[in-house]
Order: sequence, then structure tokens, then C-alpha cells
Amino acid sequence: MRRFVADKTRNLIRRASTWSPTCPVSPRPHHPPSLLSQPTSPPFSSSSPSHPSSITSPLRFLTAAALHPLSFPASPNSMASNYSTTPVTLQSVNPKVLKCEYAVRGEIVTLAQKLEQDLKQNPDSHPFDEIIYCNIGNPQSLGQQPITFFREVLALCDHPAILDRSETQGLFSADAIERAFQILDQIPGRATGAYSHSQGIKGLRETIAAGIAERDGFPADPNDIFLTDGASPAVHMMMQLLIRSEKDGILCPIPQYPLYSASIALHGGTLVPYYLDEATGWGLEISELKKQLETAKSNGVCVRALVVINPGNPTGQVLAEDNQREIVEFCKNEGLVLLADEVYQENIYVPDKQFHSFKKVCRSMGYGEKNISLVSFQSVSKGYYGECGKRGGYMEVTGFSPEIREQIYKVASVNLCSNISGQILASLVMNPPKVGDESYESYTGEKDGILSSLAKRAKTLEDALNSLEGVTCNRAEGAMYLFPCIDLPHKAIKAAEAAKRAPDAFYAHRLLDATGVVVVPGSGFGQVPGTWHFRCTILPQEDRIPAIVSRLTEFHKKFMDEFRD
Amino acid sequence: MSSKPLDYENLNKNVKECQYAVRGELYLRASELQKEGKKIIFTNVGNPHALGQKPLTFPRQVIALCQAPFLLDDPNVGLVFPADAIARAKHFLSMTSGGLGAYSDSRGIPGVRKEVAEFIERRDGYPSDPELIYLTDGASKGVMQILNAIIRGEGDGVLVPVPQYPLYSATISLLGGTLVPYYLEETANWGLDVNNLRQSVAQARYKGITVRAMAIINPGNPTGQCLSEANLKDVVKFCYQENLVLLGDEVYQQNIYQDERPFISARKVLMDMGPPINKELQLVSFHTVSKGYWGECGQRGGYFEMTNIPPKSVEEIYKVASIALSPNVPGQIFMGLMVNPPKPGDISYERYVRESKAVLESLRKRAHIMTDGFNSCRNVVCNFTEGAMYSFPQIRLPPKAIEAAKKAGKVPDVFYCLKLLEATGISTVPGSGFGQKEGVFHLRTTILPAEEDMPAIMASFKKFNDEFMEQYEDHKGYSRM
Repeated sequence: MRRFVADKTRNLIRRASTWSPTCPVSPRPHHPPSLLSQPTSPPFSSSSPSHPSSITSPLRFLTAAALHPLSFPASPNSMASNYSTTPVTLQSVNPKVLKCEYAVRGEIVTLAQKLEQDLKQNPDSHPFDEIIYCNIGNPQSLGQQPITFFREVLALCDHPAILDRSETQGLFSADAIERAFQILDQIPGRATGAYSHSQGIKGLRETIAAGIAERDGFPADPNDIFLTDGASPAVHMMMQLLIRSEKDGILCPIPQYPLYSASIALHGGTLVPYYLDEATGWGLEISELKKQLETAKSNGVCVRALVVINPGNPTGQVLAEDNQREIVEFCKNEGLVLLADEVYQENIYVPDKQFHSFKKVCRSMGYGEKNISLVSFQSVSKGYYGECGKRGGYMEVTGFSPEIREQIYKVASVNLCSNISGQILASLVMNPPKVGDESYESYTGEKDGILSSLAKRAKTLEDALNSLEGVTCNRAEGAMYLFPCIDLPHKAIKAAEAAKRAPDAFYAHRLLDATGVVVVPGSGFGQVPGTWHFRCTILPQEDRIPAIVSRLTEFHKKFMDEFRD
Repeated sequence: MSSKPLDYENLNKNVKECQYAVRGELYLRASELQKEGKKIIFTNVGNPHALGQKPLTFPRQVIALCQAPFLLDDPNVGLVFPADAIARAKHFLSMTSGGLGAYSDSRGIPGVRKEVAEFIERRDGYPSDPELIYLTDGASKGVMQILNAIIRGEGDGVLVPVPQYPLYSATISLLGGTLVPYYLEETANWGLDVNNLRQSVAQARYKGITVRAMAIINPGNPTGQCLSEANLKDVVKFCYQENLVLLGDEVYQQNIYQDERPFISARKVLMDMGPPINKELQLVSFHTVSKGYWGECGQRGGYFEMTNIPPKSVEEIYKVASIALSPNVPGQIFMGLMVNPPKPGDISYERYVRESKAVLESLRKRAHIMTDGFNSCRNVVCNFTEGAMYSFPQIRLPPKAIEAAKKAGKVPDVFYCLKLLEATGISTVPGSGFGQKEGVFHLRTTILPAEEDMPAIMASFKKFNDEFMEQYEDHKGYSRM
């Protein structure tokens, strides 16, 4: 299994060394000389404002090159020279496609899959017997069990023909059967095989709106809900709406979940970074937002929206309500759309923190529909349910004129609708069994079991990481990740350079080779220049954690022994 | 703040320019009328289950078991589910790590892609490589992904048939490219004339547009024609000569209602032509679980297969797919089931054949009732629906009707379709949503209303149409004078 292009290594190096704040993703390696020689600001340097030239020149370069798609001879390093005259080649593919990167499934995963193949053929080919994927928030692939009630309802909705049969009662719980009936009654013609309204089935949106209202204590309108195939397409839709050209900027946290950098690159916009403060538990400072906004403005970038990921990915922090109020105020004053990624809202692991939706915060400040434009994203892939494969999610869109709403609807309608099974699941997670329901006890048992185990895993891994030489790790207050900072010895950085890898990618590769544990290098998320991190999920099953900890500890010790200055 | 980022005037212009008629003004009005209690016959979207088509039983059994894998261990599962559905559910679950609840490989579950490749090989007689097959959330997502890789800016053009399924026009304008139309010949049964193609390309190039791809829809949407092998050969040659990627939208390949021209895939035609063309022409073919006798629109399952696309471009397409993590897994399993249905000897085989045949035979009958019905109406002519799910009759609107439409501020066919909707509850899509030659008007209906309702629907249409024509047409005697 191959991922991305062959000479990714150089790309990673360049990203580490030339990644400018406004061009989070460096262009492809076949045009290296002119790009490498370009003056670029230090990566993500908050103190050195980016020059307009560094915003636009790589883009311009690629565009100019791509204007003559057929006249390009095969590039010297092309594996596909016999394709050089065909209409879609690497030289003539959409440059925005080339530009975007998505590290969570990047090179290291490709390598991991290769090692996995090796192990299949020869179990003794590596010093470990299995690959442990800590690169992606995909809980059920690591053995997390689905919530039984949700799956019962989904199965019945998929095969309604058995609902009336008496044998079915022996196989399914009574409230699941009842819920399936309720849901089917909300679907015109009970047809789960039909395209729905492009915003999603009305009855399910009503259920979701009621769930939001219950969560927030403020009303929610089903017409504000757009059901989507996971949260990612919803983010894409908003980027598509907002970004007109490279002059349009989106404020994104650094470190960030690379969906944002990728989506902004695909839509040809500019990522305007703001740094989370690692020293204060990945705090979000308004002064930093202001500074970056001003810098972007002075570079001619029109900033249109602010992305906040709460709880944070990859950083795991949960925002305090006061902080959220300041953010709301900032967006309101600056006329920014607030894009609130709240997909980890159920994943909170510390008693001193609580999730507050931005919708609730806005409304409690007295800001309504007319005062602030807010989009909140939710997904069935995260939480205690972790139903990634279902591709269910929604966005709640408030504070937009009816004209804009129509435009969003139109864009949604081109794709007809999101998958129905995912829609049903989204309604279930926002309306789980209640006290007194037959399934309530088993449901809460499963839910609490998953969440408390995740909390334990987070704590164990955090402690283990903090006990390593030169490693500091903020606690995972929420979400599914730890994002430790590794103080890499000078010698290791040198070795990475020699291996043509970013230092954190070098570390992650060594870790994989030695232990089979897959993590994502921090450079895929962005980090303060000169600091190195990796992201590790807390998702391996609890009984596996001790082994991971000991492998990690042993590896790190050896690594340090090898490279300690 | 005076100007907010999402004020209408500040919106991405590609978004504003995009049009998607299938769910446009007519559909919204129909939904309104429905809310007011009027009975609406939705023939605007090819959405069979919404109009009462029952899902095939076997795939639903398998999916239900995959959703609730704990049932597989229940001693009573055999009371509700047949053994071959149980076996198949286990088979699919064993292909995944984490069942339906885990992201799969971004290209789709390898085992399912292998089954798709085997299906293609059985269909075409040429081997297919699973590595070049990507599963998608319905065919639309696939088309968007591929067009995204092709279109760099407004200087890039894509040849699209007119009339066309508006997914193409909508996606091209969302991506900021240029649609280069080629007209299908209504009088030649919506045939595809290569001379027209040449002209379209020449005109586009004259305007400085780089034409990069050509889309064909076979069987046609909204036009319902099935392309002949000779016609497909011409298209393949043309794309080869002009260096275009051929995009073969073949989502209706199961929906064939005549015997003279069975479905033949663009890929088979290409392979039959031998070297050098079979090694060089870039082709992407699209398929879905939403159409055919499956009609599983709500599942959002589909795939595209790439032929002769260079590995590095394939990697880029993979990268973009990976940002969306993975297509929905139940939809992938549906696709696996569609390409590998029950076989003779399986417990569910007979039932499967009975159900699928019934759907297809009924659609064939409905295609006849509908086109015959249209052709019996005043000022309406309609080519036979050879395939797909639509009839696309031409409505010859009298000048007075066109004038009345102008006064009402409506495009003439929109005017007609709105009147039709108000009078009969039949919700159609005006031809202008698909593109048509200037001064010629059409509407699109699906052939999906239940067979037993069909005669009444056509009678109601005829009554409306003939009265409409009576109202707006100058008296025949008068006009002859």
C-alpha cells in the first residue's frame, strides 16, 4: 500500500524548514530549486510576519507551470514517463490538489502498513509482533465495541421487514424495536434506501435539535441543522463558501488537525495560524489572535473565519468558559465566522473541566442569531460511540441570512444527501436511551466503561511520557490524543538531517521500526519552530497500554543513549 | 461591522454560480404544496425507494447483520436470517478491522475492491486492478474528486453532453472550471455526433480554453438513450486524438429497457480497440448502488475505476480521498453485495432473482407507458426511454405561452412545469435545468412512479397538457388563414 508520492521525505524536510505561516503546506518536490531558493519566513514564526510574496509565489509558480500541461516533458524523477502526454499528469493535475497534505494518513502510515505485510509473511521479520496504530482516532479498529442499542436500531432500520416478526423480539431489545419504528415513521415512505432532503431527514433533525437544546439550555432549530457524511464534508462546505481566493484567510490553531490546512489548500485559501500556548496547557490567548489577525491584514489577507477545536485536536485541552466568551467577543468585534469543531464534546476526562458548546456560550452572553455567525460541527465518529465507519455528522449553522442558507443548501444538494444510516446514528447519539428505558442500564454501562477507560489510558500514557528524559506532555483533558513535546538532542537532529527527515518524523520512524507503534510527527500539525512533538492516540485497549508504555520507555531510553549530546 | 464574511455579496462566486436544478425551484414549490396537504408525485429525482420500490431482501439482511454483529453469536439468529446472509455478513466483517464502525482504507476496503475488480472482469472480459478502484460515497463524490483533480481554473474546460445531468455543470462551476457543451441529437434518438464534438472543442479552444476531459453518460440522463458500440468507439478515438480524459458515467448500466443495444462499458470498448489506444487513453468509469434494480440511493455507495492514469496522479487522488478519511462502510458493503449477488444454488438466489427481475421488468413496462403517453399528447414528442430512469419529452410551447412565461418572469419550461405541478401535483424538472438547444423546451420525469399509478398519472398529464395547449395556442383554424 502506497501513500502519497515517493519522494515524500524531502517534502517533509522542506515542510519543516520552509513552511511559512500562510502556506502551511509546501508544494511538491519536482520544482525544488526555485522553491527552495525562495525567501520564506521561519515556519510558523509568530514574530516574523510573512511577506505577501511568500503567500503567493509558490502558488503562482505552480500555476504558471501548469498552464502548459502538455508541453512538459516527463520530469526526470517521474516514474511515469510514458504518461507524459496524457491530460492528467502530475504536472497538469490541479495544483491545489498537489498542495494539500494530510499527515494523519501520511508516509508513516504507509510504512506501518508495509511492516504489517512483512509480519504477515514472516512473524519474525521485526522486533515486535504487531503494529499498533496510534496515528488516527479510529477507536473501533482498535477493539472498542459499538454501543449495542445504537447498532440494534440501525440494524432494524436497515432491514425493517423483520420489525413485525415475533422472532425479532427474541433478538432485539424492546426499546430498540420501538425506536426503530419511531425513526422509520419519520422517514417518508419508511424508505431508508431513498435519498433524503439534502439537509437530512426532517424528523431526525428535529431529534437532533431537541438534543442540542437539552445540552445547552437554549433552543435549537431543525432548519439550522445540516446532516453530513461525518464532520469533514461539513468543514469542506464551509471552506468552499468562505474562500474566494488565496487572499481569503482562515485563522486556525497551531497545532491543528490537518483537515483544516488540507481543506484550505484544496479551496485555494490561506491558513492564518495562531499558536496555542503549550506552557499554559495549550491555552488560547486573545492577544495572539489579535496579533495574527493584524499581521494577516497587513499582508493583504482578508481573514474570514476563526477555527476553534474544542476539546483540542491534537492538543487535548478543554477551553474554559471565560476563554470561550473572549473568543466569541473577538469574532463578533472582528466580524469573523466562528467555526467551532466540537466533535470531541463527549470526550472529557478530567473532573475540573466541562464541555461548553459555543452556541450555549454565545446565547448566554445574549448574542443571538443576528449578532454572531457560528457553525458548530459534530460527528458520530468520536465521543464514546466512535462510529467512524458510518460517516455521520452534522453542522448547526446559526447567524446567517436566508440567502446564505439557500446557498449552503444548494451546495449540499449537489451531493444529494448524506448516507441515511449515518443520519440515523447522528440522531441516536443526540438522543440516547433515557432513564427507565429497557436499554438504559446497558447503555450507560457501555458508555461509562468506555469513557472511564479512556480517562485511565490518557492518564497512564501521560504519566509514562512525562517520565521520559526530555519529554513533557500536557494532560489530555479531552479528545483522544496526547501531544508530547520531545526535546531532541542535537545529535538526533543531525541524524535526522542526514536521513532527510524532519527531526520529529525521524523520531516517529525510529519508534515505529523499534516498537511497531505508529504515531504522527508534530510537523503534520504545525508547531512552534524548533520544537518537536508527536501525536499519539489514547485508543489502544486498556490491557495493551502497559506493553505500549514499556516498549515506548525502552525505545526512548535507547534512542537517548544513542543520541544524547 | 458593515460587511460580514458570509454576506451574499462576499460569498465565493463559484458557489453562487453553481446551479442544481434537480432540487431547485420546482422541487421547493412541490415541497411547499406537499406541506399544504396537496398530493405530490415526485418524479424529479431518480429515487426509486421514495416512490415505493422495495429494497432487495438479501443485501438488507446482510447489512443488518453487519450492523449488529452480536446477532451472529445468537443461537436464534437463524430464525430471522437465512444462512447465506449470515455467512456473507461474516465474510464482509472479516475483511474489516473494526466492522462498520471503523474508518476503512481511504480508497475503500481492499477485499471489496477486489470483488469489484472481479465483477468488472466478468462484465468486460478484461482484468481489472483493485488498486485502481476507489470506493466512494455514491458516484457523485467520485465525479467531484476526479473533476477536482482535473480542473485548475476557468481556463480548463470539460466537455459535457447537453442535455446533461446537472451534477456536472454544478461541480464544474463549484470548482471554477468551464463547461464546454456538446449537443446530443434529439432527432437521432439523442445520438452523439462526433462532428458536433469537434466543433465544440474547436470553439472552446478558440476562446482560449484548454479542454481536458469529456463526460459521457451511458445510458443517458436525462435523455435515456443507450450508446451503440460504434458510437462509443468514435468517442474513444476522439478523446484519444484530442488528448482528453474520458469520464464514463455508467451508473445506469443495469437499467436497460430494449434488446438491440445492451449496455457496453467504455472500458470494454477501449480494451477491444487494442494498442496503442488501450494503453494510453485515460478513462475513469463511475458506478453506484443508487440505480439499477438496487436503487439504494440512501446508502451513498459507489466506486470509480481508473484506467491508464499515471501512478503519481493516482497517489494524488488517493491523498485527497484520505482527507475525507473513508467512504461510509455500510455503503461499501452494499457495493460489495451488488457486484457479487447470490449465485445459483445459494438459499437466497431464487428470491434475489425474483425480486430484481420484477423491478426491472416493471421499469421496462413503465418506460413504454410513459413515452407512449407523452407521444399521445398535443405538441409533445418523446424519444423512447431505452435505458436509465427518465423520460425527456420535448414540449412545443406556443408563442403565447412563451410570452406569458416572460410576463411571469419565468423561463418558459419552468412556467410550464410550475403550472403542471399546480394542476396535477406532478413534480418534474424543467429542461432548462439540463441544458437544451435554444428555443426548444423539455421536461424530465422519472419513470419511477408505481406501475399501477402510471396510467392515471399519464392521463392527468395529458389532460393538463392538452388544456394548456388549448389555452395558449392560437386557434388552429385562425393560424392557418
